[in-house]
Amino acid sequence: MSTVVRPPSGVVGPVAWVRNNLFNGVSNTIITIVLIACLAYVLPMIYAWAIGDAVLTVKPSDDSWWGYEFAPNADACRVADGACWDFVTEKFRVFIYGLYPQDALWRPTVMILLLFGMIGVSVNSWFWGRGLVIAWLVAIPGMFVLMQGGLFGLSFVETGKWGGLPITLIIAVTGIAFSFPIAVVLALGRRSDLPIVKTLCIGFIEIIRGVPLITILFMASLMIPLFTPEGVNFNKLLRALIGFTLFSAAYVAEVIRGGLQALPKGQFEAADAMGMSYWQKTNLIILPQALKLVIPPIMNTFIGLFKDTTLIIVISMFDFLGAVRLASNDTTWRSFYVEGLVFAAVIYFIMCFAMAQYSRRLELKLDTGHRTDAAPRKPWFPGIWGPGQNSDLR
Amino acid sequence: MVDAAVGAGVPKRARSIYDKEVQGVVWQVVVLAIVAGVVYYLYSNMVANQARQNITTGFDYLGREAGFGIGESWTTYSPASTYAQAVFVGFLNTLAVAIVGVVLATFIGISVGIALLSRNWLVAKLMSVYVNLLRNIPVLLQIIFWHTLITSERFLPIPREFLVENGPQPLLGSVYFTRRGIFMPIFEGHIGWLGALVGLIVGIIGAWLLARWAKRRMDDTGQQFPAFWAGIGVLAMCTFVGWIVMGAPTTVSYPSIGRFRVSGGMTMTPEFLALLLGLTVYTSAFIADIVRSGILSVPKGQIEAGRAIGLKESVIMRKVILPQALRVIIPPLTSQYLNLTKNSSLAVAVGYPELVSISNTTLSQTGQAPEAILIMMIVYLAISITTSLLMNWYNARIQLVER
Repeated sequence: MSTVVRPPSGVVGPVAWVRNNLFNGVSNTIITIVLIACLAYVLPMIYAWAIGDAVLTVKPSDDSWWGYEFAPNADACRVADGACWDFVTEKFRVFIYGLYPQDALWRPTVMILLLFGMIGVSVNSWFWGRGLVIAWLVAIPGMFVLMQGGLFGLSFVETGKWGGLPITLIIAVTGIAFSFPIAVVLALGRRSDLPIVKTLCIGFIEIIRGVPLITILFMASLMIPLFTPEGVNFNKLLRALIGFTLFSAAYVAEVIRGGLQALPKGQFEAADAMGMSYWQKTNLIILPQALKLVIPPIMNTFIGLFKDTTLIIVISMFDFLGAVRLASNDTTWRSFYVEGLVFAAVIYFIMCFAMAQYSRRLELKLDTGHRTDAAPRKPWFPGIWGPGQNSDLR
Repeated sequence: MVDAAVGAGVPKRARSIYDKEVQGVVWQVVVLAIVAGVVYYLYSNMVANQARQNITTGFDYLGREAGFGIGESWTTYSPASTYAQAVFVGFLNTLAVAIVGVVLATFIGISVGIALLSRNWLVAKLMSVYVNLLRNIPVLLQIIFWHTLITSERFLPIPREFLVENGPQPLLGSVYFTRRGIFMPIFEGHIGWLGALVGLIVGIIGAWLLARWAKRRMDDTGQQFPAFWAGIGVLAMCTFVGWIVMGAPTTVSYPSIGRFRVSGGMTMTPEFLALLLGLTVYTSAFIADIVRSGILSVPKGQIEAGRAIGLKESVIMRKVILPQALRVIIPPLTSQYLNLTKNSSLAVAVGYPELVSISNTTLSQTGQAPEAILIMMIVYLAISITTSLLMNWYNARIQLVER
């Protein structure tokens, strides 16, 4: 007869977990107590500001699906101690759409939904293939047509009126999409045996990477009008896009170069031995493998570039952050700019964090273990406080 | 014989269009021609446009009077100074915020990175929240957020309010947190502080020589010497002597709050604070993750070996883990330093007068955009290249010497 032997008490279970993770040793106990004290002081303050004493005015409404509607009240905000979320509900439309004409707001809405739909499809590796690339090549001009109008009976909206989330998304998506082919060419050029091509590519990549994005944007916004012949005018959005694309191309090129360098030399030699031409070798052997290697680091570069789209406010365009800034110019609500920034920070955080999590999952999925320099999967480090713990026990 | 015939034929082989080398030369000539053509086309357009719009060209404008004031400056500057001086002030301000930012971000980043690996669940989780929260919010948004928080009338008082009875009280007696910036006491300028600085430099050299001697002696004889504490001692000693010899100044200038202005003491403007806070906090989150993965990259056997020969945990950290982790940490750390320096250009959004901000004023006043942008780019490239060279030199020094 077999008897189930229970583990000795204090080894498993919540109490043991607390003891092992929070109160193991004198120093850890002190740290834990001090931290809990700090949190007990700070968290209620944050709660009081953000929720407890905050103002979010609603009033009953029959038209609304949830029975209420927002009724922003600046006076209520002024007497309250906490945050004024009424600023966000009052200016929500400006935050999201900028100065886009009121009667055509469905167009940016459709564009945003379309884009998120495309992204939702693209993150699923089941759909990866030529079809997806073609779908994007159709979708990106489609976005522009939808926003700009002038075709299919849509009223014309000049790019100066675009703003808010659509601008952020357009710059990020188009910049990244167009920079990719340029980046591949630059990376191949940098690895090329031809000295002139190599020098030109290195020069371009290193100059762009050596200066801040702002100088590139200034250059695009101020120099392109000088570079183009008389009568040719690029609008501001297009100029910003050119600057942003060149900037991202240099960064993505370096990531792709990393992938090219990580390929075993035998792959190049085998292709040469088969008598392949340079382009055959590159298209059929090198790029498919190198690009697969660099998908996770490229995702990280893209997250960085997405955050960098905020910089276009310095050439006075209104992306999402710029629209928040624009909304706070209203004298009634000026004092509540901080709440607008907190709201923007939450939105940016959600998007960037989602991308980061996706990138991490992708990394695990694509890591088929062929690389020698793969990072250790699970942390083993035992910690630096307290002597001699063995991580295997955990 | 057949062999001889083949051997004789090789040197004289005619070059054909299918020869890889010939193709290479052709390709390069084509690429070069296209690039040169495009550059020439853009340049000629620029010259034509500038002539048509009556824009003056050349760098003569640098010698003219700038005519605008700059809020904070490390050198003497007035609106009567030249554009060249204004740009130099901007350059110094960029350097100031970049250097302070790099030092602070490194310090915070390393602390957070080590804390990320803590056995204490609460510490590790809090640090992970810190890292994930801050690196997923655009740095420009963070800088604008801090600036708004500091300058908003809802959170901090203005200096005058400290004069009111029952008003806010300064921290530690004389540190004023206001929405015009932080006002704090500082030692008054005196030659003695220069003496202390010289002493400090001499001390650093002395401590370095001492450490070298201690290491050589340990390699030769195995005898240990507390080089770290002795080095600190030498450093403190030399600084102290330099300070004493040059007159031992102790006068402190306290900020005095007036009705309309604050005099004396040291001021940190809201712009500088916001920029520094934003850059430091954002970059430290990245550095923390770099440090964490650097430490994790050290093979477990190294720590176990350290324990097996009876080293203390702190010694294992200092002598076993860190030297090996640094090899993994330094290259990405370099690019974070460069990022911080480049991101300091975001000051233009809050009005801290650094290089981009001043160049922007310059180019809108003179209309000479190409020159102003060129100067900006060259200065940033110079900073980037210098930083890269320094860090590459350090990286080469600490790399594993293969036997």
